[in-house]
Amino acid sequence: MSGSVRHFKLVLLGDTAVGKSCLVVRFVRDEFFEFQEPTIGAAFLTQSVQLDSSVVKFEIWDTAGQERYRSLAPMYYRGASAAIVVFDLSNKESYNGAKSWVKELMRRGDPNVVIALAGNKADLPASQRKVETEEAQAYAEENNILYLETSAKNASNVKNLFVEIAKKLPQQAMQQEREQGFTISPPKQEKKSCC
Amino acid sequence: MADFEEKLADTPAEAEPAPSSEPEPEPEKEPEPEKPSWLPEGCNQLADGEYDAIVLGTGLKECIMSGLLSTQGLKVLHLDRYNYYGAECASLNLSNLYSKFQAGDPPQYLGSNRDYNVDLIPKFIMACGNLTKMLLHTKVTRYLEFKSIDASFVVQNNKVLKVPATPQEALSSSLMGIFEKRRFRSFLIYINEYNPSDPTTFKNKDLTSMTMRQLYVSFGLCDATHEFISHAMCLELNNDHLDSPALPTVLRLQTYCTSLETYGKSPYIYPMYGLGGLPEGFSRLCAIHGGTFMLNADVKEVMFDDDGAAWGVKVDVDDMQTGKRELQCAKATMVIGDPSYFPSSKIRSTGQVVRSICFLNHPLPSTNNSESCQIIIPGPQVGRKNDVFVCCLSSQQNVVAKGIYVAIVSTKVETSDPAKELIPGLRLLGQILQRFDSVSECYEPTGDGLSDRCFISSSFDGTSHFEADCDDLLSLYKRVTGEELDMNIDTSLEPDY
Repeated sequence: MSGSVRHFKLVLLGDTAVGKSCLVVRFVRDEFFEFQEPTIGAAFLTQSVQLDSSVVKFEIWDTAGQERYRSLAPMYYRGASAAIVVFDLSNKESYNGAKSWVKELMRRGDPNVVIALAGNKADLPASQRKVETEEAQAYAEENNILYLETSAKNASNVKNLFVEIAKKLPQQAMQQEREQGFTISPPKQEKKSCC
Repeated sequence: MADFEEKLADTPAEAEPAPSSEPEPEPEKEPEPEKPSWLPEGCNQLADGEYDAIVLGTGLKECIMSGLLSTQGLKVLHLDRYNYYGAECASLNLSNLYSKFQAGDPPQYLGSNRDYNVDLIPKFIMACGNLTKMLLHTKVTRYLEFKSIDASFVVQNNKVLKVPATPQEALSSSLMGIFEKRRFRSFLIYINEYNPSDPTTFKNKDLTSMTMRQLYVSFGLCDATHEFISHAMCLELNNDHLDSPALPTVLRLQTYCTSLETYGKSPYIYPMYGLGGLPEGFSRLCAIHGGTFMLNADVKEVMFDDDGAAWGVKVDVDDMQTGKRELQCAKATMVIGDPSYFPSSKIRSTGQVVRSICFLNHPLPSTNNSESCQIIIPGPQVGRKNDVFVCCLSSQQNVVAKGIYVAIVSTKVETSDPAKELIPGLRLLGQILQRFDSVSECYEPTGDGLSDRCFISSSFDGTSHFEADCDDLLSLYKRVTGEELDMNIDTSLEPDY
């Protein structure tokens, strides 16, 4: 039933403290911490989504704080098939930030990258909301990207966010346009100690 | 009560939330954060203000240092004056490359900007050298993919000849005559078996006192063979080593041979998308462990106290709130960086390296259409002391667009006309589409940093690999931490989820 497993790199983008790490931790470990450390301390996290006929396995890269001064390295965008651009629904500034992250992604990322805009902290009372659904929705449609409102705190729409992205990813492992290399692994424990 | 709360959540946004028992926050004006006493007049605090280490320049050595220090729990602030990672060893896209060399707009026929990652410093990685060990030790390998370099060539009597990679190639190579090949073979067997800690492998040769020349002669090898072994396999830059004890050169040859065995085609590997991926990978390691990165931060000065010890930096940066440039300051117990960030009294010149980056629309002639290769021109072959190197890469490494090749010719400057010194390399390239020449001054620190708290790396040398740079890094690490870097591969470090 599970079918083939397809692997994709997914990157998170968005201003500081909008809940990027929280979304991932909720999705990957189903946990939430009110005071999540600014970075999650791992190179990347992995989690799979089951679709009808296949499994999509995400390798999720967090910004590790390098978004704070807009110092993300090209390596971060490279090879990313999907990106989640997160903003805080109660912070207009972060919504404007998200729009510039989308622009940055279109400039630096893969031309076919699947982008989802996530309005996070949907659990907050409506009185604190600073970005209206219609506005973000219209922006997303205009730019042909997904839009979901999520709450890492109460888990609403978090899994759905990844499922929607998984559905939009190419069915076949795409014919690699780019050359691929090999990874280097530690030498086997034997013979020469020189290497 | 529950009802009330629900109702609250539905109230329109303009309604004030229910008054709470907590005191109202001061309206509007945020309380002015108290300025730390160390902050100089006219300066605001940079990032978090106080750090254990400030690292200047995002070159490879600096990024390895900040990566290592932050994994050990130090609070690191890492700055670069440019808007890209890599400093001197960056891999640039076309627009950054053309603007760096003030060469106007890139021509259309080179294709898309994003297809380019052109190294400013041409180097290959020894598959089993120290840099590879460092990548494995820190697990930065997980961010990078590599390709083997197709082949290595050496110039002998004006001919480009392949450095043999297999016993078969050695047998058919025109580098040596038939009897010389046998002697070459027994020499390699000796080198392969030699173990510095096992005297039975010495075969009555004391390589700590015997010179390299004496070692070659003891195997009956002729001068031409010395030359290609020393320059194309041991990667000696000139002939100084011939009259020094043989051991260091022999160890280099061992690294070469093991590296060659690992991937087969050549001893060199190269990261996809250019060498710039190396510092980027280490910067991510640092960031994951809490390091802070700021590009486009114009470091105006390293600040010293009355005893001459560095205590911080003054930087011209974009303020995140206002978006305007302003002077900001951060302090730390040490300042680490490349020579370009420190006062001239802290560094001294070690010579110059001249490099020429060339775009071609064909592979290098006489390299059997290799998509990637190195050609070493031993200095003595062209009346020079120092070797001339040619590195050639293609879209195979995702560093140029399809159909374009980039060849970089480099050597250590010996005369007052550096451009001319590259001619022996340039004439091996065939037709050149675009060419960018540069002469870089190389520096090393004058002090060890222990008293002035300035830990300065040396500039990248003219070699075609990273071995000497790793030695410099190990020395820098020891000066900073007081300990040797343990490069054993620690599998417990930072597990994957």
